Amino acid sequence: MVQGVFHHAIQIDEAKCIGCIHCMRVCPTEAVRIKDGKATIIQERCIDCGQCMRACPAKAFYIEQNDLKMIEQFKYRIALFPAVLIGQFPDKYSEEQIYQAIMDLGFTHMIEVEQPIKVLIDLTKEYLKEEMIPKPCISTFCPAVVRLIQIKYPALTDNIIPIKAPHDLSAHFIQQALVNQGVKKEEIGIFYITPCAAKISAVKSPVGDQPSIVNGVISMNDFYNKIRQTIRKEVTIDTWQQRRHLTREGILWSTSRGESSRFGNRAIAIDGIHSVVKFFDRLENGEVKGFDFLEMRACDQSCSGGILLTGNRFTTTERLEQRSKNYPSYLDSEQDLELDVKNLTESLLIDEIKPHNAFRLDDDIGKAMEKMSKAQRIICFLPGIDCGACGAPNCQALAEDMVQGKAKMSDCVFLQQRWENEGRIGVGKAFHNMEKRWGEGRFNADCNKRGRRNEGF
Amino acid sequence: MIELKFKIEGGDFDRAGIASSETKKVLKQLNVDPKVVKRMVVALYEAEVNVAAHAWRGDVTVSVKDHQILAVVKDEGPGIADISRAMLEGFSTASPKVREMGFGAGMGLPNMKKNADELKVESTPEVGTTVTMVFDF
Repeated sequence: MVQGVFHHAIQIDEAKCIGCIHCMRVCPTEAVRIKDGKATIIQERCIDCGQCMRACPAKAFYIEQNDLKMIEQFKYRIALFPAVLIGQFPDKYSEEQIYQAIMDLGFTHMIEVEQPIKVLIDLTKEYLKEEMIPKPCISTFCPAVVRLIQIKYPALTDNIIPIKAPHDLSAHFIQQALVNQGVKKEEIGIFYITPCAAKISAVKSPVGDQPSIVNGVISMNDFYNKIRQTIRKEVTIDTWQQRRHLTREGILWSTSRGESSRFGNRAIAIDGIHSVVKFFDRLENGEVKGFDFLEMRACDQSCSGGILLTGNRFTTTERLEQRSKNYPSYLDSEQDLELDVKNLTESLLIDEIKPHNAFRLDDDIGKAMEKMSKAQRIICFLPGIDCGACGAPNCQALAEDMVQGKAKMSDCVFLQQRWENEGRIGVGKAFHNMEKRWGEGRFNADCNKRGRRNEGF
Repeated sequence: MIELKFKIEGGDFDRAGIASSETKKVLKQLNVDPKVVKRMVVALYEAEVNVAAHAWRGDVTVSVKDHQILAVVKDEGPGIADISRAMLEGFSTASPKVREMGFGAGMGLPNMKKNADELKVESTPEVGTTVTMVFDF
């Protein structure tokens, strides 16, 4: 990773983008702009939450991932997947069948991310006992939330618990287990099956300074399809050993209240990025007091609602709840005697989580003030309709883009109309300006033109 | 200089917080140190809640210049009879109704003093109170 450059998993296929504004509307960090009739992402502001991907009527967003063939480079091929993968299958497929299908895909070992969750629970509980830490504490579980704090709520970075997320823990856990059996580290390939874009970015650009030990990332929707194609009617191999450390709490960890029910005397669980944003605004204002722990998840229904899941988020959560009843609590689960908890704990600590304010108008306060004053004058001329026809999410954002030299007054269609009315600009020129923003020929009659279909009925 | 103006109505706890929230956004865009922003937001929010809890109406003016934030919260209201007592932690004249809403713990002015670099409180009984806060960055 290049210093200072954050890796983003969400990409736009320009050929598919139809240049509407659905993605721009839903983006919680105002990271999307439309230029030349195509959506673009302001990299510094993107938190990989996937809202744009959900909203896109043209399926123009895609997620960068590694090819499954990559696993062939390794002697020991580990599929590291969160429990929600199992949760989204219909009941008729048993855990055994799913595990066998993953083996049939070429993996030698499987580990559900939440297997060693006890280590994380103990470590976090230990941290929460410290007296001088800023409360409420926020875990690194959801990478989109961590990134949101870094770019939009810099003052809250101190509240993030400096302990890595479960996927890092289980990656180290399985590596340690295999090394204990005499396997060389370089022979082990760990492949994380991800439920969302944010977790890909978290693997490629981890929140601390050390690189992740995960070798590749595979999208869960593709993986789900492959399992459905591979799954056998009868089970032949006993895969129970690979699940022996799984616990009730582990299975429910990535569902809503999975974390908050374990930590703190007073804990809140919030899912859905827009709810998270609203809550952080209040928290930063000092309006919310007295809480020890916040479970903040970008997706509605937490990871069951991950952007890369195929199954319905509510049925996924329900299957996980049912499944968890068959497993012991982490308090009663079988301890792995060979596990070196100290070593594992050390690999989970993060040195420092730095803020990266992505909303500053300039690094220099003097210049930022000048730009702000200018934007305040510009806003007087804009209509305040927030229509998005300029390619920016609202009038305020357009004014700010203008002072950054990224947009022009003529991008506002209402301002153009006014100028035409006042005879300051010709109709031809005005039309040309619109085509510049939305693409040439964009306004020609065309019955194949698509926006979102009416979903109100 | 950047200047922001807001109005607060007495009893309107729903809108109290608008000034601190909006000012916060602006300060972030100006790339002001997050720690200063945090102090400013907490202090200004307390001042806004005080207007909502005690006064009839108020005006908030925030100006930013020369590495300094000046926040003036001027209200028309009953005023503060004894300012030095009001500065004590736990002293409150809030009505039972306001307390029921979770406010009125007597931490408002002390919290403002703790978070602002300078705090000035001027009050005339039955006319109103003006709170002036300065934050350096």
